[in-house]
Amino acid sequence: MDNPNGIMIKARGLTKDFGEVRAVDSVDFEVRKGEAFGLLGPNGAGKSTTMRMIASVSRRTGGELSILGLDPNEHGPDIRGHLGVVPQQDNLDVEIRVRDNLVVYGRYFGLPMKFLGPKADELIEFVQLTEKAKAKVDTLSGGMKRRLTIARALINEPDILLLDEPTTGLDPQARHILWDRLFRLKEAGVTLVITTHYMDEAEQLCDRLIVMDKGKIMAEGTPARLIREYSSREVVELRFGSDRNAVLAGQLAGFGDRIEVLPDRILIYTDTGEEDLARIVERGLRPLTSLVRRSSLEDVFLRLTGRSLIE
Amino acid sequence: MMRRIYAGRPHTVVLRALYALKTSAWFVVVSGFFEPVFYLLAFGLGLGTLVGEVTGPLGRPVSYAAFLAPALLATSAMNGAIYDSTWNVFFKMRFARLYEGMIATSLGTLDIALGEILYALLRGLVYALAFLAVMVALGLVPSAWGILAVPASLLIAFGFSACGMALTSYMTTFQQMDWINFFMLPMFLFSATFYPITVYPEYIRWIIQAFPLWHGIELIRGLTLGQFDGSILRHVLYFAAMIAVGLAATTRRLTNLFMK
Repeated sequence: MDNPNGIMIKARGLTKDFGEVRAVDSVDFEVRKGEAFGLLGPNGAGKSTTMRMIASVSRRTGGELSILGLDPNEHGPDIRGHLGVVPQQDNLDVEIRVRDNLVVYGRYFGLPMKFLGPKADELIEFVQLTEKAKAKVDTLSGGMKRRLTIARALINEPDILLLDEPTTGLDPQARHILWDRLFRLKEAGVTLVITTHYMDEAEQLCDRLIVMDKGKIMAEGTPARLIREYSSREVVELRFGSDRNAVLAGQLAGFGDRIEVLPDRILIYTDTGEEDLARIVERGLRPLTSLVRRSSLEDVFLRLTGRSLIE
Repeated sequence: MMRRIYAGRPHTVVLRALYALKTSAWFVVVSGFFEPVFYLLAFGLGLGTLVGEVTGPLGRPVSYAAFLAPALLATSAMNGAIYDSTWNVFFKMRFARLYEGMIATSLGTLDIALGEILYALLRGLVYALAFLAVMVALGLVPSAWGILAVPASLLIAFGFSACGMALTSYMTTFQQMDWINFFMLPMFLFSATFYPITVYPEYIRWIIQAFPLWHGIELIRGLTLGQFDGSILRHVLYFAAMIAVGLAATTRRLTNLFMK
């Protein structure tokens, strides 16, 4: 079902309404073969709704959508046969055992037992759950459940793997294990579509991403390009205590290209962070804490929307 | 249209249920067989000694146990089907998110509805065979037509499953689920289960005859006692209509719920 031109997903003016609410507002994007494509935005930006339309379980209100060259309104089951889906909330089958979850799921796709047996063992090893193969799903930790869900999504050797907030709710160690597995898939040439509201996740995993807010696309590009385009090289973060940040902000005029005053801190966008910080201290301002860091996608989002990603 | 909701794989949903059976509590499964047997022993054989003979469907006298047993078979077909298609489906739909996972594959909503119902029928088939064997052993099946009570109880179960699943898809709370029980008990007690419908005045008979369990009981009673006429077709058609309406409604609802 591969397209000769390598375009796996194509959306033009894609729109979704729920009653009066416009959840996705005329978005355009393309995902190419082998790419890790990200949808970055805060909760309620329309990422999951977009994802459900790509997964061919939600009918669009308007615009065009083509997945693997097919229209999901007409060919839902055919398209879904070539997708792997990792939903935001786990929906593993808790009444059957870990390995059976993979075999039974493969049967839903109409795959033969002869193929599913070895495939299930291979995937269980890939997600490092071999010792848990016969365990009940209830006994798995959050991170293990996520990994099992990823293995399940790979049982039909999908052309596109859809991951909706893959690491939300996981502890840092479990996140890193998961990222490592996803990285391997990416190296193996699997096309990934990932929604996230974590900038570090988007920076690590995505070749290219769109920044969404209130159903619209605010910007598109590689993480590095977006940062270059919408932010400075470095950021100075200063904390003077919550009641003094706004008062002292006036005295910082002239530093950097741009200053953002947030309730808990002041951000100074500049290309020369360390020097600026030294001069601020020389001037007699004494922040409670200060740090100089590189710009991130969080700063891009702040610049584009005036709000933080995680509120 | 059909291709969007049906992939021709309801058997994979049945397979999933069989895997789940492996990890489930066996006594719950087995208890489905004993319930009608206990009723038969207590009321048919016990209380039946005080009752003696009653009038069968075509007016010929039969022993009370032989009169009651087919009604219990029909009732157990109903209870099994309703339990599977309401409580089980409610849990999977609202809490286990099972169907959400299934719908992400190339399965369609009709595959899921049919698969769940087919599994309920498979279980019903085992119960029906076992109960009919008990009836035969106790000498309560005077007619060879009685063997048709097995497909008849599957038909009854199919009708109740299809409609039960459709109703469940509208329920969102446990309180609403309790309404089903509230409705089932009087239907069991008053559908000419324990005595012939002729004990009622005319207008109550009409009410009873509007409900599905009466049709189920009359269908099976006619077959096991070998006393039936053309009205048996009416009972079969009643359940055929339940199946058609229930399946269409369930598929529509699942599509609306999970493909919005």
